[in-house]
Amino acid sequence: MTVYAAPGQPGAIAEYRTRYDHWIGGEYVPPASGQYFENPSPVTGHTFTEVARGNAEDIERALDAAHGAASAWGRTSVTERANILNKIADRMEANLEKIAVAETWENGKPVRETLAADIPLAIDHFRYFAGAIRAQEGSISEIDEDTVAYHFHEPLGVVGQIIPWNFPILMATWKLAPALAAGNAVVLKPAEQTPASILFLMDIIGDLLPPGVVNVVNGFGVEAGKPLASSPRIRKIAFTGETTTGRLIMQYASQNIIPVTLELGGKSPNIFFSDVASARDDFYDKALEGFTMFALNQGEVCTCPSRALIQSDIYDQFLGDALERTRAVKQGNPLDTDTMIGAQASNDQLEKILSYIDIGKAEGAKVLTGGHRAELGGDLADGYYVTPTVFEGKNSMRIFQEEIFGPVVSVTDFADFDDAMKIANDTLYGLGAGVWSRQGETAYRAGRTIEAGRVWTNCYHAYPAAAAFGGYKGSGVGRENHKMMLDHYQQTKNLLVSYSGQKLGFF
Amino acid sequence: MNDDAASRVAVSDAAAGLLARLRRQHGDLMFHQSGGCCDGSSPMCYPDGDFLLGDADVHLGDLRLVDGPPDEPGATGEEFTVPVWMSRAQFEYWRHTHLTIDVVPGRGAGFSVEAPEGVRFLIRSRLLTDAETATLG
Repeated sequence: MTVYAAPGQPGAIAEYRTRYDHWIGGEYVPPASGQYFENPSPVTGHTFTEVARGNAEDIERALDAAHGAASAWGRTSVTERANILNKIADRMEANLEKIAVAETWENGKPVRETLAADIPLAIDHFRYFAGAIRAQEGSISEIDEDTVAYHFHEPLGVVGQIIPWNFPILMATWKLAPALAAGNAVVLKPAEQTPASILFLMDIIGDLLPPGVVNVVNGFGVEAGKPLASSPRIRKIAFTGETTTGRLIMQYASQNIIPVTLELGGKSPNIFFSDVASARDDFYDKALEGFTMFALNQGEVCTCPSRALIQSDIYDQFLGDALERTRAVKQGNPLDTDTMIGAQASNDQLEKILSYIDIGKAEGAKVLTGGHRAELGGDLADGYYVTPTVFEGKNSMRIFQEEIFGPVVSVTDFADFDDAMKIANDTLYGLGAGVWSRQGETAYRAGRTIEAGRVWTNCYHAYPAAAAFGGYKGSGVGRENHKMMLDHYQQTKNLLVSYSGQKLGFF
Repeated sequence: MNDDAASRVAVSDAAAGLLARLRRQHGDLMFHQSGGCCDGSSPMCYPDGDFLLGDADVHLGDLRLVDGPPDEPGATGEEFTVPVWMSRAQFEYWRHTHLTIDVVPGRGAGFSVEAPEGVRFLIRSRLLTDAETATLG
């Protein structure tokens, strides 16, 4: 067990600056308005740094820097870009522990997750796209003996990216790595809940990139995000967030005729077929862990397995064991490596989760465990903690249909395969799903029937690079985490070339 | 709480006061209830007309408000309404509930206009009564 000292305390391995300006053109630039906003740690609820409050003027300045850099960056060789991405990965690896502690302090998630998942995955992501861009090839089509169509990949130019707060560094990396690999310059707007950890990272890796290739402007959505998303000076916008803002971003994109990629969340079913409980073995134990994955990252994951569907004949027994596993989740100081669940990322997030617990109860769902704010006392008394909560109810209830984005799972039973598929697909969303069965055929058929972009089969919450991630239905447009993401950041240039010396004879 | 007998939406006093102040900055306002990830399940407040509505949306009702109280600096005493919308598909899952727009201290969401004030609109829900359901259909 290790308890890391909080940034700002004696012995801390990660120290935030007391104030962050925008990162534009490879240096810190004060906000045009001169204004800053406070950034509290959800661990304690107390402010630890202040961050530039960006506006349209700052976005323009960042776009100027990006446009200044885009042309030269887009012409660098793929070797050169891949080498830079690899150097970023190496630098992050050398500072992994420090970055993990910094992100935990800003987001509230347990440090064991940032140490073992968020930051290692981000490092690997840069390396994956370094490899992918080296291996990418254009194509040729031989139209006829004398005519050839050449297809080249070209960067889009300057792109905008709006990052969520649940994995501040990993989600930024999911968008940055393919964009940079493909040769684009980026203006990135972090979430206002987690504006500093990406700048903590830029302090570590910023010198590896030519000035202006990555620009970070912080601020509120309406003041900084909107001018970025609606700017005629970007060639693409990428957003992770929710449906209304997703629609608004598509609306702006339609005005500028630019492509969008959107990742808008889900209400992922986690389905346990009878045969899961046919033995009390490692697989059964793994399935119980799979159920409890709703508490990972405090449930603040777009693919949180927030609906558990358990086949009727094993329902009581499996749920009983799952509740025992849930009650064993250790909640506490996120900087303690033994802590399994930390703080919700913000006060309004905490309030929203509690309001969902209220409506769940009002609709007649039964709280089987948890269901309240966790009062941890001491330094953590003002932090935003919720106990892992298991509801039992029906799929028509709001808690089964809306993404709570907290450590809350809603459980129901199903009679047979068809019933399970009907319930699983009775949702507006289609981002993730889990299927648990010892029978390959059942698992395969379920995976193909569920309308979701990612179906974890006998596993959950793994996010390796090279496994495409994205949504069906209301969950969005596009696929991240895979080399196909390069296509979302590239134009196709076709040279149609005639090698014939003869005219057509038309004129 | 300003909560009419047969309405789907209402607004808390704190949220009503905030809406009056925001309207002085941004002009007429609208809400669109979001769903999905991160800041989803939150009511998004925009200058009226910023968010393009269509057949995919349902008008849940109008919040009827007064720019007051009269002793507040800048208050005009003017009556105004704020329409509340939701996507039709989402409404099918929400239609049995009554929504009250409240406000809590917090940090932003999407492009909603209240974020710079350090507060966040929040939905509080209850089940519609049988009588309300009969009236609203």
